[in-house]
Amino acid sequence: MIEIQKLSKTFTTADGSVEALKNVSLSIPDGDIFGIIGMSGAGKSTLVRCINLLERPSEGSVVIDGVDLGGLTEKQLRERRREIAMIFQGFNLLMQRNCLRNVCFPLELAGMNRGEARKKALELLETVGLKDKAKAYPAQLSGGQQQRVAIARALATHPKVLLCDEATSALDPNTTNSILELIQHINETTGITVIVITHQMSVVEKICRHVAILDGGEVAEQGEVSEVFSRPQSAAAKRLVYPESDLPAVQTFEGRLLRVLFNGAQAAHTPLITRMAAQKGIEASILYASTKSIGDKAYGLMLLGLPDDDDTVNTAKEYLTQTQGIIAEEVTDGV
Amino acid sequence: MFEDVFAPEKVEEAWLIIQTQFPTAIWETVYVTILSTLFAVVIGLPLGVLLVTGDKNGVLPLPSWLMQTLNVIINLLRSVPFLILMIMVFPLTRAIVGTVVGTTATIVPLVIAAFPFVARLTESSLREVNPNIIEMAQSMGASPLQIIAKVMIPESVPSLLSNATIAITTVLGYSAMSGILGGGGLGKIAINYGYYRYKDLIMIAAVILLIVLVQLFQTVGTKLAVSSDKRLKR
Repeated sequence: MIEIQKLSKTFTTADGSVEALKNVSLSIPDGDIFGIIGMSGAGKSTLVRCINLLERPSEGSVVIDGVDLGGLTEKQLRERRREIAMIFQGFNLLMQRNCLRNVCFPLELAGMNRGEARKKALELLETVGLKDKAKAYPAQLSGGQQQRVAIARALATHPKVLLCDEATSALDPNTTNSILELIQHINETTGITVIVITHQMSVVEKICRHVAILDGGEVAEQGEVSEVFSRPQSAAAKRLVYPESDLPAVQTFEGRLLRVLFNGAQAAHTPLITRMAAQKGIEASILYASTKSIGDKAYGLMLLGLPDDDDTVNTAKEYLTQTQGIIAEEVTDGV
Repeated sequence: MFEDVFAPEKVEEAWLIIQTQFPTAIWETVYVTILSTLFAVVIGLPLGVLLVTGDKNGVLPLPSWLMQTLNVIINLLRSVPFLILMIMVFPLTRAIVGTVVGTTATIVPLVIAAFPFVARLTESSLREVNPNIIEMAQSMGASPLQIIAKVMIPESVPSLLSNATIAITTVLGYSAMSGILGGGGLGKIAINYGYYRYKDLIMIAAVILLIVLVQLFQTVGTKLAVSSDKRLKR
């Protein structure tokens, strides 16, 4: 269990002080894949660095399995850090060591003898599918391969927690997926707690169970991914979930707005809006839509523009909510 | 004028001196240069490491007064012209070697002139190490000493080698200069025969040999630096 309690971090720079984190509290259960998402500058990287105290918080504490990291000596903290592995956007491999010796690195730090470390490292490289690259140097590998080596290295000391700091942000979509699958697989097989820092919605959607949305150094919203993403409450969450919903078409529409939420509705193959027009005679304009189908279920959101008339709005609402998994609400200010 | 310089009797005389004096002189120059650079590295490398790690944001911050003192001493030593430095350290040379003339005696001032330079070169090499990699090591619980020994120095080996090449060629130049104040080697020959006795040919030959030595050190150094750099492997 990782408990982040009332954490604040203020940086003092030449032009004054910057509050990177304000009173952040999170608790992350063991074995979870927890996403922390936010725009650039939201404080994500600072937060993740506070978890292993690479960055000392100005206020508040980080408690892992009942131990307050802030109360440890430097030496004890170094021991603890072996249980909190980290992978990075830039992979951060040692460029002058080959892959095998990169994976050996944390084992050497922990004082394991050379032969044992090598054996262990080979096993780990096999887990990430790169046994044949043991003798290759990082510069000879692709980005995805480098991140796999970094993951093998991170796992070498059997950590309880894996921090992923924008670990897939430098990778193409296919490679991102394969890395995420690897992380998910490791989470399932070892029960390691994973904290994923990202600005990409898709990453959180794909692997996280819980998510916290960070905005301006504060937690804007947190909860289960399906919950937060299907019904974003805060402005920050809405901006992330529906990035283009601020369209002029929505702002200037004269009439009534109906927000239609598809939360696993059996509607992927149904021409719902057309049918509504045919059966109820309601002409709705689709002002914004961001939906996707997984199997025969639809997820996402649609913003319909309707004529300024109570009856029409109510009929539409009724008609749409007949399908299970659809929530229709009238809204006044877009999503 | 060239007819004068290359007159048959002068060429014959020069050739005789080259045959008898040059082998020892070359050996002296090479031996003084390599040994001095080696000592300079032994003192300068740890100092260079301190200059980086002792920084306010370094992995092993030292008190700022200590860092400032270190910086001032290094800058002071680096700003004294080599020949003046050589005279200034005569007492030290005498105490260590027993004399201030001769090949071995020049090693003392050479080391004192070169170690601050080596410290600065080391500093610049180590500062090139990607700070994210140091952060990675910290996140894995590496101690400051482990970061120095397992990350900073190994990661900057190619840069350290190419800077060592710069150091060795600079020391070679200083060692030739030391010929004017009793040092041995090619510098001494160039000054004694060429300058004091107007034997231009000897001077030219000595200078050509110095150029060849610099080329040799530089070529070997660059080759080593490039071949050690695993980032360049394809």
